[in-house]
Parts: sequence; structure tokens; C-alpha cells
Amino acid sequence: MTKVSMTVNGKAVSGDVEGRTLLVQFLREGLGLTGTHVGCDTSQCGACVVHVNGESVKACTIFALGCEGAEVRTIEGMANADGSLGVIQAAFQEHHGLQCGFCTPGMVMSAADLLSRNQNPTERDVREWLEGNICRCTGYHNIVKSIMAAAATLRGEQVAAE
Amino acid sequence: MYAFDYARPASLAEAIEAMKDEDAKALAGGQTLIPTLKQRLASPTTLVDLNGIAEIKGICLKDGMVAIGAGTRHAEVADSADVQRLIPALAHLAAHIGDPQVRNRGTLGGSLANNDPSACYPAAVLGLGATVHTSAGRAIAADDYFQGMFETALGEGELITSVDFPVPEKAAYMKFVQPASRFALTGVFVAKFLGAVRVAVTGASESGVFRWPEAEKALSANFSAGALDGVALGADGMIGDLHGTPEYRAHLAGVMARRAVTAAG
Amino acid sequence: MPKDHGIGASSKRREDVRFLTGKGQYTDDINRPGQAFCYFLRSNVAHGTITSLDVSAARDAKGVVGVFTSKDLEGLGGIPCGWEVTDKDGAPMKEPKHPILAEGKVRHVGDPIVAIIADSLAAGRDAAELVELEIDELPAVVDMREAIKGGTVLHDVAPDNICYDWEFVAENKAAVDEAIRNAHHVTTLELVNNRLVPNAMEPRAAVGEYDAGRDEYTLWTTSQNPHVIRLLMGAFVLSIPEHKLRVVAPDVGGGFGSKIYHYAEEAFITWVSKRVGRPVKWNADRSEAFMSDAHGRDHVTKVELAMDQEGNFLALRSSTLANMGAYLSTFAPCIPTWLHGTLLAGNYKTPLIFTNVKAVFTNTVPVDAYRGAGRPEATYQLERTIDKAAREMGIDPVELRRRNFVKPDQYPYQTPVAVIYDTGNYDATLDKALELADVRGFAERKADSAARGKLRGLGIANYIEACGIAPSSLVGALGARAGLYEAATVRVNPTGNVSVFTGSHSHGQGHETTFAQVVADMLGCEEANVDIVHGDTSRIPFGMGTYGSRSLAVGGSAIVKSVEKIITKAKKIAAHLLEASEADITFANGQFTVAGTDKAIDWGSVALTAYVPHKYPIDDVEPGLEETSFYDPANFTYPAGTYVCEVEVDPDTGVVEVQSFVAADDFGNVVNPMIVEGQVHGGLAQGIGQAILEGCSYDENGQLLSASYMDYAMPRAADLPMFVVDHSCNTPCTHNPLGVKGCGEAGAIGSPPAIVNAVIDALSAHGVTHIDMPLTPRRVWEAIRAARN
Repeated sequence: MTKVSMTVNGKAVSGDVEGRTLLVQFLREGLGLTGTHVGCDTSQCGACVVHVNGESVKACTIFALGCEGAEVRTIEGMANADGSLGVIQAAFQEHHGLQCGFCTPGMVMSAADLLSRNQNPTERDVREWLEGNICRCTGYHNIVKSIMAAAATLRGEQVAAE
Repeated sequence: MYAFDYARPASLAEAIEAMKDEDAKALAGGQTLIPTLKQRLASPTTLVDLNGIAEIKGICLKDGMVAIGAGTRHAEVADSADVQRLIPALAHLAAHIGDPQVRNRGTLGGSLANNDPSACYPAAVLGLGATVHTSAGRAIAADDYFQGMFETALGEGELITSVDFPVPEKAAYMKFVQPASRFALTGVFVAKFLGAVRVAVTGASESGVFRWPEAEKALSANFSAGALDGVALGADGMIGDLHGTPEYRAHLAGVMARRAVTAAG
Repeated sequence: MPKDHGIGASSKRREDVRFLTGKGQYTDDINRPGQAFCYFLRSNVAHGTITSLDVSAARDAKGVVGVFTSKDLEGLGGIPCGWEVTDKDGAPMKEPKHPILAEGKVRHVGDPIVAIIADSLAAGRDAAELVELEIDELPAVVDMREAIKGGTVLHDVAPDNICYDWEFVAENKAAVDEAIRNAHHVTTLELVNNRLVPNAMEPRAAVGEYDAGRDEYTLWTTSQNPHVIRLLMGAFVLSIPEHKLRVVAPDVGGGFGSKIYHYAEEAFITWVSKRVGRPVKWNADRSEAFMSDAHGRDHVTKVELAMDQEGNFLALRSSTLANMGAYLSTFAPCIPTWLHGTLLAGNYKTPLIFTNVKAVFTNTVPVDAYRGAGRPEATYQLERTIDKAAREMGIDPVELRRRNFVKPDQYPYQTPVAVIYDTGNYDATLDKALELADVRGFAERKADSAARGKLRGLGIANYIEACGIAPSSLVGALGARAGLYEAATVRVNPTGNVSVFTGSHSHGQGHETTFAQVVADMLGCEEANVDIVHGDTSRIPFGMGTYGSRSLAVGGSAIVKSVEKIITKAKKIAAHLLEASEADITFANGQFTVAGTDKAIDWGSVALTAYVPHKYPIDDVEPGLEETSFYDPANFTYPAGTYVCEVEVDPDTGVVEVQSFVAADDFGNVVNPMIVEGQVHGGLAQGIGQAILEGCSYDENGQLLSASYMDYAMPRAADLPMFVVDHSCNTPCTHNPLGVKGCGEAGAIGSPPAIVNAVIDALSAHGVTHIDMPLTPRRVWEAIRAARN
């Protein structure tokens, strides 16, 4: 066992892990942050997407020890400070962008990375960005709508702030 | 996964030292290696994580070539203004490997060291005639580097440090994706240099990435899609699986080559 | 104005908040103190005899709590089958034992052989490598056409590998044969309905715990119907009485049928938690899911459609081989028979129909219901055959369909395949779909595609399905070993808020929102004052679960019945409080009023009085305000609709791109349009996936080739267009109180033939008349090449 330390959703955390402990195992089993899900074993479904140092990665395809000192953000860290849903989360509820909810955390985290890079994505941009996120319930229609709507809201907020 | 020790060297020298253990394995982006470990198809005693080595990361211009550190992630290559300006086909290729999360982790060196027969980067390295630099101080020409499916010229414990890409007059990469894995079912990289054209095909052959001399000859004489009329790959030695017969892959190589030539302009 | 509240409103889903913030509680999120982990060692060969099995080294391995084989399970039952189909000669189907762990023989890749309980999953997996297992491999049989020849036999009880040989409607056989012999034209089509892997994003999981002090078991499991699991597992497998067995299906990450069934793993986990004296968790990884979740579809069918000169359908004859896999899954026998043969009339007035279905054992994962279950297979063969018939007869495919529709004045319509359609209007959805798809502009779009070197095709399909399964007396007569009613308790709490306990589990369908809309609408209260509880046998009175688009039609009706009883009782209390006659009390908008007066009392006061019965009609009614109902439907419901799509085919590569997709559905009344549309979207994606991407594939040795997402192509966002969905043409169901029909499966039923018809339309100029699904680039390219040569 080796000690690993990182920041998760703004909080410094540490724990003892094996070399083979994946980030997703550390989050779920070590920290009890079970919002990050595991839906496959070939690094394709994206249910486990989190942010490491601001970029979306698959938490099932990175070792906990590889995240030593990193800033990690998970679905549990996406709500507003007052506990209300963040812009992307709210858009998913508003536009019915989720059904069973299992792929949803990964979808939200992936969408957040997209919108941090591209404030004005086209429908095609969104669909291509979601290459690494599989949903079996929604047919993606309302996920795409949710992300487009969140982008619009975020642009509006930025305009308002200026 | 089997248990292993985890080493995270901060320098290339430390990494070379750690790789002296014959059962050590280097971890680059991990996007192929980690799924492989999960399936217990590999059992290294030590995993040497290369992600903390600054000296093998980054993109710079060197002697008219684009030099890319082995630890540079696909997303960085895709987003690099230098790569986009000098070899837009390479930026485009990097921007379409796997998915965004794979591109945020996967590295050039990891892809080349693994040499998956369906990977994209080998097509660019071979198609551009790039040079692979290693921790053993070797500079290996692309034509010598790829030695068959998952086989490379790298020695035991030898790590890729950087790759120098010559800048072509024009180039393009066309990929036909396997619908499940989204790897290349067949991908063709076409590059036109002064006086010569190189064509590299990935995804198709049981021997891994390869150059297509007949196509190169035809395109060297006349760089247009029409020049490839009548130029066809044989199905012998092509991969046959659930997603494509050898004949289909050979056919796709022709289609992708024509489209790449058209895209290169 | 769209409604913003109650029935008909697109109320936002309340369950979303927990899912969007990472606070969902899926089975794998549940951890019990002291829990151990289970790893199943599974067969890596498709068929073989276990000649030697030594687990002693595994037992001694570090971190191992216990190692179990079938020898340790003596006295336990096998996994039961819930439906018995009768052979054409009257004999019961062949029903081989489905052991929890392999007994002497393995019959498919993934068949569990050894279970290892360890302190960690890694330790269990390490120990599995120490198991000394020798299997004498036998020839495997995967292709049903080979299997029925005998030779390689899976089960001694079925020497020709045939589970049953079923004929329906047997009395029609001679007349159908005669009509086909004498018809002006007979269109014949042989087709494959490809095997699919359901692939709910949450893999199956189970946590078992035994409370020795109370002699009680609890199983948390990924189930669409926890009561059914309690019944099957308790009564048939483990001999645990219901009152000592609690089954909880917490948040469940999608099911699509695959989580209906009782699986060996959950029975083992429950049993072993007592045996090892610790809670035990098992969580499938995706690779395990591919080889142990029940698969779907897998039919090989020959259809013959007889017509007169005008294209009027005279008779339909269909024969099908239906794959059961290696063992019978819970509802497997019923899918190709009663959920398939009874739908062969489709939307049409074909007077004579006969079908023969042989269910076949093969060395593959068991096959059972997957979204649509039998109805997609019926629809696919009809709609593909009709399209082919239209080409052969030179009749416009729309016109040929319309000519043969059951017409609105013909309801109730008795089909020749037993079922009676209560209501419908197929012309309406057809017209709506054609309008929304701008079919008139197709020629221009086709020319535009051609200018870009692409082949454009237009595809149409109608569907009808039987949902709201089902009248218990009927299904009992057809072989079901259970009733198919639904139960609901509505509890009005003392301060007037409402807890609803329903047997209809929600795993993506949004019941927590929709059911609350229904109750709030009836009680005239805020939706927020109604809580929906599901998924726990210790809290819910009973339930038959969620499948077959039955939740609102059957489960919702049970809730309605309970609310009606509540209102009746509350009126008695209100009458007493208002000193009026019960007959004079009206209830609306949450108020009880005395007709013709201004005397009124609100809901809250009545609720409180029920629990504080100081001034109370105690001689007439008991205190409290809680009612339970069991609703047994009078008939199936019959959603129907028309799907129109356009595809573009790249002739150089064989790639099919779905350019547009229009779905016009008749679901009867709609409670939450937003959720209904979402259900259609999801169904369409699965149907389009079946048509162009997904295919479960075995090699001749029974090795699963499509064993992960590397080879099984799941639809991604970029594979699909935005959908156009419409549910405005509705004919309310005539026999349930809400007039609802069900919307969960329609998308998956109607879309495969629409897509395939569109691709064949695109390729017809090349002479291609049929391609079996999935229409992968390789297959399409090969079909074009074959037709050209």
C-alpha cells in the first residue's frame, strides 16, 4: 500500500492504495463518492468520466497513484455552493437528458469539459464530443438538447457578467 | 489486474533505470495498457509511469521538422498551433483518435510503442517518414521502426523520447472507423513531398501498418484521386474479422486513399 | 396552453436531482459492514464435460472466505422458468434443469462453475486462477438450423435440441395452406432477427445479507421486479418463505428486459451470505454481462404472404426458429409464441394466419425478452414482407399498407390470432408521419444525395404491439405460471400528504414523477405532496414488476383504483363532518363541498380526522386513510403507429447514415409528454442500433466474438439524428381508467423495419432485395457487390 494525496472537489484527501488501484476505485471505495460509475471494462462507456486537473478523463483508465497531487472533480462537485443544480445539471433536468441516471454523471462531466473548450458548439460538435459516453436510455436526443441549452445559458451568463 | 509496484520517475534517467527490471512495463497514457491489465493479459512486476517526465513532453520546431515529445497527449497535438499550421493532417488525425477522454490521456509515444495494427498514429509516422528517437540514443527511421503487429524496433526497456515529423507539401489522413471500437478498420495517410509521395495504411494488414508502393508510384506521377484508378490492394494478408473481410479492408484502403488525396487538395 | 401540472403536463422529473448530483443508490453503491466479495469462475468453452475440479488450493489462498461448486448446493433448486408452452401435439415443453453452478457439464461460454467468496474482488479473482479445472470439450452447436438436426445434444431431455414445436392458430393451418396455394401472388421472404445484447449501462449486481438473529435474508439486486424475484427465488430455489426474505431493487440503471429474470448469481449471493456469515457483494463487469445477461431476439423466419390482384392480404404463413440459448430463462418460452404469434396480424385485416415456432437449445447465453420481446420480431417480418410485396406487385408501399389496414369503424377488432384490438386509427398515424417526414420532398433530396454520390432511401413501417400485459386468466390459459396484475397501496398520511407504494419498479421510466402526476391530479393537490415508493418487498404490498410497457396501464390503474377508494372513504368522513348526506358530497380541487351549499371542508382536515377520529362516523368506516388495490387488466393495450425514415448509403463503403426519423405513435392518453417522448427516443436508438449496428456473434465453436464494446457496436450520439416524434393521433384505451396504452417499447419495435426498408429502397436500383440485420458497412457493401455481379 502506498499513500496517495489529491484534491477532490476542493477538499484535500488522502488514502492508502495499491499500485493497481484505479482512480474510480479510490473515489468509490476509498472516499465513498459513488456518483462516479463503472459501466464497462474496455474504457469506452464513459460512465466514470471525471476531471483531473481540469480535463475530462476516464477514472477507470487512470491509476489513483497517477493522480498524486492532482485536482480531481467529480459529479458530487458540480452543484452550486448552495446545493442547487449547476447550469449543466439543471439543463439535463429541464430537457430530460437522463432516464436511468447511470451514464449521467459521466455525461455531465464530459459536457462540462466540452463547454469549457467550446462555448458555442454545434449539434455535430456535441455528438462527436460524446464519442466516449454511451447512453442506452435516451437515444442521446435530449442529452444533446441539454448540452446545447446549457451552452446557451452559459453564454448568456457571460454576457450578463460583462 | 495482477498486483504490481508503481514507480513514478521524475526524469528520463530514472525511468531508464526503472525499466532495467525485465518485468517492468512503461505506462504512458495507459488507454490501451490499463484495459489490457484489467483483463489480466499482462503481469508486470513494476509499472513505470512516464507521466511525470517533463523532458519527453511538448512540441517544438527543429531543423524544419515538427518534433513532438513522446509524452505529448493526443489533445495537445490536435490543439497545437504549430502542428495545425505545418502538418494539419497530423493535427486532424490526433483530433480523431479514440474519444476526447482518450485524447486527454493517450500519448504519441504510447501509441507507437504499442503499435496496435488499428492505431492511427503509426499511419502518420510511416506516411510522413518520421524519425523515432529513443532513450538509447537511437534515431530510428519510420521505415525501420514498425516491424509487424505490436512489433517495433524498440529494444528491452527502450523508451521513445520524441518523434521528428518532416513537413510535407500536403497531406491528409482518412479513417474508416470500426463501428464498435472506433479504432481504424482501415486508415490511409497520404503525404506529398517534393518529388515523392508516401502512402501508409493502418488497420488493414495482419502485419500492421504498411506502405503502399503502387499507390505511391501512381500518386508521385500524378497527385490526384484519379491516379489511383486501377491501383488496388490484394486481399492477401489483410485482416479478416467480424467487421470486415480481407477483401473489404483492401477495398476500403483504396477508397480511403482516394479520399485522402482529394482532402489533401 | 400545455398543462403545467397533473395529467398531461411535462412535469420535470423529481428523480433527476439525485442522479444529477451523484446521490443515486445503485446496487453497487450499497456496502454492508463486513461485506465479502464474490467472483464467479465461468466456462471459457461452449460445451463440455467437467472431468476434474479441485478447488483446494483456491480455498487456501490468501483472503479467501469460501469456495463453492455445485456439490455444495445439493438440495437447492434450479433456476425456474415462469412460462410453460405446450407443443403442437399437446406435450409440455422440454424443461431441462438450469443449475445455479454447472453440474457436470457446461453449456455456454460464461456458464458459472465455481464461486469464490473473498475479502476483496481481487483476492477472489487471484484465487480463481488456483482452481484446477479440466473440461472435456464437446462439439458445440450455435446455429439453430444445425441444432435441430440433433447430433450435438445439450440436454438429454431434448434429443433434437427442440424445446417445443408450437403451432398457432392450428385450426387455420389447412385454410392458410389452401389460400397460399390459390393466391394471385405470394411474396416470400427469409430473414434473420439478429441476436442482441441488452446492455443496460448498469451491469447486474447483487448484495446478500443474512440476519441470524431474526433468521431473515435481504437481497439488494438489479431487478425490474423484486417481488417476482422473491417469489421465484424463495419458493423454487432456496426454500425461503416470503416473510423471511426481503428483496430490494434500489436505483436500477436500465433494464430493457434483461433485469426481469431471476438469475443464478442473485440466488447464490443470497444463499451464501448465510453460509459464510457475512454480507456478500457481486458486481458483474461488462465482459461478464455480455456472457451472462439474457440476450434478445435471435429468430430465423420464413414468411409467405398471399395476395389477390389488388394486393389484398389473403393469408400469412410464417415459420420461425427461436433461439432459447443453453437454458430457459424466466420468460423465454413465451416470447416467440404468445408475444409474437399473436401479433402477426399487425395493423392489417389479414383473415388467415398460421405460424409454426420451434424453440431451440444452443450453446449460447440464454435468450429472453428484450425491449419489445416478440413484437419486434413479428413487426419486422410483416413490414419487410409487405415492402417486398409492394415492389413485386408494383403497388406503392404506402398504398398497399393503407389498403389492408384495419379501419377505425372496425373496433373492437377480432384478429385471427386470438387478440382483440380495442381501438386504433392507423390511417391517422400514417398520414401524420408522412406529413412530418415531408415525403413529397423526398425526390429532391434523393437527387441531392445522388449529386454527392450517395444513395438515398425512404423507409416506412407500421407497428402494433400488445402492451399492458395482461389479463391473468388469459395468460394462465396460455401457460404463465403467475398472474399479471399489479398492486398499489395509497396511504394518506395524517397531515394530508400521500405515500404511494407501487409494484411497478422504475429504472429510467420516471414513475416517481408520472405516478405522482396522476395522484395529484385526482386529489387536486401539489405533485410535491405525493411520494412514490417502489422497489422494496418490505414496503410494497406486492408487485409483478415493470416490463411490456405495462407500468402506467396496469400499475397506474392499480393506483387509480386505490385513490378512488380513498376518495370514497374520504367523502364519508367529509359528509359526517359537514353533517350532510354522503350522496351530496362532491370532491374537486382538494375540497369536499355539499352540493347546492357553500359548506366545504378541505382535504387536510379530512385526512387529519381519519387519524384523529374524535368526530367520526366510526360505525360506518374505520379510522385511517389507506387503501390497497390489485388491478387485473381486462385486455392488452394496443399502441400502434407509423415510422418513416430516410437513409443515405455510401456505395463505396457501405456506410448507412440515418438522415431523418419520424415517429407518429398512438399511445392513447399521455400523462407526461416529455417522458413519453424520451421513451420513444430511447426505443428508436435501440431499434436503429439493431438495424445497422448491433449484432451478437458467436463463432462455430460457441466462442462469443462480440464480447465487449470493442466488438459489439453500441449506438453513439454521432450515429443518430434528432428524432421527430408525435403522439397527437391518439385513440384512448377503452378498458383502463387512464385510457393509456404504454410507450416504452414502441420505438424499438417499429424502427428496425423502417430502417431496413429505407436501405433496400436506396439499393433497389442496384438490384438488392434484402440484407439481414445489422446492416453494417461490410454487409451493405457486400450486398451491393453481389447484386452488381
